[in-house]
Amino acid sequence: MAEEKEALFSKKNRALLSDPLNDNNPISVQVLGICSALAITVQLKPALVMSIAVLFVVIASNVIVSLIRNLIPSRIRIIVQLLIVASLVILVDQVLKAYAYDVSKELSVFVGLIITNCIVMGRLEAFALANGPWKSFLDGVGNGAGYALILVLVAFFRELLGSGKLFGFEVLGHKAKDIADSTGLYALGYENNGFMLLSPMALIVVGIIIWFQRSKNRKLIED
Amino acid sequence: MDKNSNAYTFIFAIIMVTLIAGILAFTAESLKPLQEKNVKAEKMQKILSTIGVEVSRDEADASFNKYIKQQLALKEDGTVDAAVDAFALSLKKELKKGDAQRFPLYIAEKEGKTFYVVPLYGAGLWDAIWGYVALDGDKNTIIGASFDHKGETPGLGAEITTDWFQAQFAGKSLLEDANAGFVADNFLSVKVIKGGAKTGDAHGVDAISGGTITSDGVSDMLKERLARYLPYFKNN
Repeated sequence: MAEEKEALFSKKNRALLSDPLNDNNPISVQVLGICSALAITVQLKPALVMSIAVLFVVIASNVIVSLIRNLIPSRIRIIVQLLIVASLVILVDQVLKAYAYDVSKELSVFVGLIITNCIVMGRLEAFALANGPWKSFLDGVGNGAGYALILVLVAFFRELLGSGKLFGFEVLGHKAKDIADSTGLYALGYENNGFMLLSPMALIVVGIIIWFQRSKNRKLIED
Repeated sequence: MDKNSNAYTFIFAIIMVTLIAGILAFTAESLKPLQEKNVKAEKMQKILSTIGVEVSRDEADASFNKYIKQQLALKEDGTVDAAVDAFALSLKKELKKGDAQRFPLYIAEKEGKTFYVVPLYGAGLWDAIWGYVALDGDKNTIIGASFDHKGETPGLGAEITTDWFQAQFAGKSLLEDANAGFVADNFLSVKVIKGGAKTGDAHGVDAISGGTITSDGVSDMLKERLARYLPYFKNN
């Protein structure tokens, strides 16, 4: 009964939302879901769509598993979780193919790979199986947003430094073949860093984010 | 009921799977028309892009009807099979048929000029590659090409979809002697040359560094596919 009396946004519940953004970020602290963080962060737009897709899958699977957590036979719980996650991912993939075809082509196999994103399965095992739907929902939002935060941050730097654009807009000026026709920074001789477009740079950017976060957040520093 | 019993586990699994299968089947069926429309519109976009018409996917249908005047399904001997819908033909399936193959040909008209768009299909390093090549009214000079692939290596073979690679094809010609007619001896096609084509080579374009097998795949695909259209080009 005590659970029912707990306010919807009690301190504990708020922590479910805010922890994964910083202290317990799935990418920068738990180092999960790195594969997709490397693969689709060349531009902001696919990174954002991927984030939304993961957010949806984490939230929905968390809530569904939490709702039926007392019905799931423990011997087949991993398979049941996989089944739920996989179906949600297929739903996302089908919807993208119908309503956002370009994005779906760009994300290609990575939508399917949400199934193997450790964040999703990890939250189901660690949280949803033991907690009620509302808490699981908050946990899903928190972790999905934590993942999205890092993804968008990485994509921001990669797109800006790698192709001089943000969401496809040329924020640093237009780069023409001839320097005389270029505008903005390019007119001064600025060049895009092509290396930013390659996967290793995503790893390095994630590394810099982790370093920065640890230097600011004393709690994360291990003895 | 005992949650750890075999019977419960079985029943749970069966109900779960049936339910989810139902939901997925329903979604797939109801979204199918939209998805097919997207694929069709993309094909139209690709065909139009070879004759220099860039349109958004929403406008693809209208523009396609405006520019593409004829869609022909050709037989091996170059005659037209009127019973077949050329746009619906899948080269992938046709190439497996052996004798009774039909090849699509799109005849476009833009600003009073006639262009011929030939669909291509071949093999890259890992999987299928395909594309479209547009020929000028003389059926000899290439005016534009567009390639796509299923699984070539990003950064290497997958570069065949880039503008710089595709733009190289414009202005190249298929025949050794433009006046000697559409016969096999006179047909040179366009080759993708490792190490770079010589300046002024009318039958060669630069290959992709690190993408040699995909580049060769493009050469073979062009030669193999375009040669099939010679009988038609000769008679028309």
